Amino acid sequence: MASHDHDNDHAHDHDHEHHVENFWTKYIFSQDHKMIGKQFLITGMFMGIVGVFMSMLFRLQLAWPDQKFAILETFLGKWAPEGQMDPNMYLALVTIHGTIMVFFVLTAGLSGTFSNLLIPLQIGARDMASGFLNMLSYWFFAASSVIMLASLFVETGPASGGWTIYPPLSALPQAMPGSGTGMTLWLVSMTLFIAGSLLGSLNYIVTIINLRTKGMAMTRLPLTIWAFLVTAILGVLSFPVLLSAALLLMFDRMLGTSFYLSDIMVAGELLHNEGGSPVLYEHLFWFLGHPEVYIILLPALGITSEVIATNSRKPIFGYRAMVGSILAIAFLSFIVWGHHMFITGMNPFLGSVFTFTTLLIAIPSAVKAFNYITTLWKGNIQFTPAMLFSIGLVSTFVAGGLTGIILGDSALDINVHDTYFVVAHFHIVMGLSAIFGMFAGVYHWFPKMYRRMMNKGLGYLHFWLTFISAYGVFFPMHFTGLAGLPRRYYSNAEFPIFDELQDINVIISMFAILGGIAQLIFIFNFFYSMWRGPKAPQNPWRSNTLEWTTPVEHMHGNWPGEIPSVHRWPYDYSKPGHDEDFVPQSTPLKEGEVGH
Amino acid sequence: MTGLLMVVVLFLAVFAAAQIMRIYELSAKARQEREYEVTDKDNNTQGRYMLLFGIGLLVSFVWMMMTWGEVMLPKPSSLHGVEIDRLWDISMGLIIFMFFLVQPVLFYFAYKYRGRKDNQATYYEHNNRLEFIWTIVPAIALAVLIIYGLTTWSNVMNPDSEEEPMVVELYAQQFKWTARYSGADNTLGFANVRLIGGANTVGVDTTHANSADDFLATEIHLPVGRPVLFKFRSQDVIHSAYMPHFRAQMNCVPGMETHFQFTPTVTTAEIRQDADVQGKVERINAIRQAKGLELYNYDYILLCNKICGSAHYNMQMNIVVETQAEYDAWVKEQKTIAETL
Repeated sequence: MASHDHDNDHAHDHDHEHHVENFWTKYIFSQDHKMIGKQFLITGMFMGIVGVFMSMLFRLQLAWPDQKFAILETFLGKWAPEGQMDPNMYLALVTIHGTIMVFFVLTAGLSGTFSNLLIPLQIGARDMASGFLNMLSYWFFAASSVIMLASLFVETGPASGGWTIYPPLSALPQAMPGSGTGMTLWLVSMTLFIAGSLLGSLNYIVTIINLRTKGMAMTRLPLTIWAFLVTAILGVLSFPVLLSAALLLMFDRMLGTSFYLSDIMVAGELLHNEGGSPVLYEHLFWFLGHPEVYIILLPALGITSEVIATNSRKPIFGYRAMVGSILAIAFLSFIVWGHHMFITGMNPFLGSVFTFTTLLIAIPSAVKAFNYITTLWKGNIQFTPAMLFSIGLVSTFVAGGLTGIILGDSALDINVHDTYFVVAHFHIVMGLSAIFGMFAGVYHWFPKMYRRMMNKGLGYLHFWLTFISAYGVFFPMHFTGLAGLPRRYYSNAEFPIFDELQDINVIISMFAILGGIAQLIFIFNFFYSMWRGPKAPQNPWRSNTLEWTTPVEHMHGNWPGEIPSVHRWPYDYSKPGHDEDFVPQSTPLKEGEVGH
Repeated sequence: MTGLLMVVVLFLAVFAAAQIMRIYELSAKARQEREYEVTDKDNNTQGRYMLLFGIGLLVSFVWMMMTWGEVMLPKPSSLHGVEIDRLWDISMGLIIFMFFLVQPVLFYFAYKYRGRKDNQATYYEHNNRLEFIWTIVPAIALAVLIIYGLTTWSNVMNPDSEEEPMVVELYAQQFKWTARYSGADNTLGFANVRLIGGANTVGVDTTHANSADDFLATEIHLPVGRPVLFKFRSQDVIHSAYMPHFRAQMNCVPGMETHFQFTPTVTTAEIRQDADVQGKVERINAIRQAKGLELYNYDYILLCNKICGSAHYNMQMNIVVETQAEYDAWVKEQKTIAETL
């Protein structure tokens, strides 16, 4: 590895250059990775509140379709006259809920926050490779968030064709009101989002590859960094494909092209379009859409690896297998997108290929789950709130992953495709796991972000309410799916055969509302602790990684003096021959001690 | 006014919560504890909660299976459906087994290895043999599932029936289905949206020889035991023809034709005599009676299962499976498109 002496000179320059920091350069147009991470987190949390609140509104509709709720009219206005939700608004809510949760919360909010915060700190770098691009990446994200939220207020309503926005539904304003201005804003917002995400990802990759401190070999990287690196690579390779899909859709909408449209008569009007195919869009969308699942999940798994090892006071079990399985999952994630399309009319032979590749993903996933559990074995588990959420993640990752074996099998997918069984599956394996990983990360690195500690008691309360309501929502949902109930139905009342599912729907909604309200505890804890929480010690969790060697007070360049060199892997917990049950990476090997 | 009051109440609530937190923290300080540090007591409580939760999860899972098992779809009414359900049972059995194996271990370990101040964890970084085992065992299990799954898929998608399948077109548009039967020649006449006009609602080329005996229907009738090849078209956006009782589904995509073939094996009259189905109908009718709704009689249905617009939730059509004789009688009553024009 190259010498890093020059970095120290830079640090001095930094001190001089940034001596005069005003409000704007410090909090708004900051180029400091720690501040950018916090910006991502706060924006992501805000979007999360919006997304979760939407789900509570449409769960009201699903559980009590005949009832009128004044709250609906308060928030939805003309879309819920006298408290009765309009079907188009129902579809808009599920669409924007999906978009916000998948992209704005679990991609930008999760990866943006922790990649920015942790990459320089854990690899021993003064900052990201390009602070300016990093700032741009946040501001693209902020702009796209604003546009997405603005789309909620246009007259014809926001995009409502489902978060996958399949054309022709999304291409034709005649097909549904949400495909008008709302859809245009959705596409503009996502274009900016993708641009921001690419800038961020490139930065993460370059930083991890080039700016590691002395001794930080790839085999000594914390698993968080491995996860962020692979996630960034996935993003760089797959997001541009979504961008092209979105651009072609814009052309179809605005310029009269026929990439996705052919032989259509809508609302009594015959369109001129000929020769396009909506299936093309589906391929392009899912070429991103499936890796996206892992863009969401891998950072959460990385965070969990770190939190579980630290709080079990044990090395993560099978480090190399963990890295190998991340790489295997990432590779496979690029060749499985067709499992979203078994019944689109795609050639059945292609279906066979995608079944094969999809089921293979279960192998590295199983390895990860078993390794987490073995890490707990004979540990000395410290139940911090972060640890609770990490154990919760392992549980949901297993529970949701298993049903993937059903859905990935083309023959079985025929009958449960697009039913609530799918909704239950992906919410558990991807939604819950990722959000649990995000909570674990916030509780664990809060002291690093805000120099204060979060309240543990409230953290416990938050975890148990969230965990119980999470399973309470999504476990019963499998059964409505097995009864054949399609997703995205505004009401089930038109089908007597679904009448007996109403009780289940009520239970689901009650847990959803409980779970939503429980998040207030977290938000309160977060902001209270940010201003009033007890001051954090330098290394509150007695952890090995480099971020805990930086001073509690933030500074540009992260370390006041030289960047520490790394002498060992990050998982020397409870290593025999040491006095403490942790040995920071910057501690040189003792005489005769064998490294990892 | 209520709005303002709500804001004030909310503000006071947050303020009160903050004060309670303050007292809580001060009392912790007085006891010379740092609130954020995990004590043995915390580990004991949380560890026990973990165990309790694990037990609760499994118990509630069993409870749901017992209570809600009956809402699931009844036995398949098609030839290939039986095959799909067999694969389903095997896969489901395997994943439930894995669920009951892994979840208890996870929660038990969390409980068993809860931290104690005077305890030390075991430094145990890897074990190649163990890792090899839990790579290879899932790999073998999945290889079996993949081979079984692909065979089933191939049988479902390429059924080799000796009998020539009856060709029926399902035509989707916002928000209704139309069935077009191919008539005596069992061949559909050419059709395209550009030919739609007047009573010709599905755009059939009436000059085309094959279209002479085509007829439209607002209910699907199928003779039992005869393979039927559905061809799907859509007029506007993507729809999905979902026939859950037959374990059949295929998207209807504008600009292209898709298809799905199956053989219905149980007539509507027969399925209504099925014990499970009768139980289901009884339960549903009890609910409907309480609500003062029209009573329900079991029918096979076709649903739209791809978001297609505001009335997506009510895009359906009945399917009637009947004996050949009943079917023939029904066909006789139908008028060809040519006759209606």
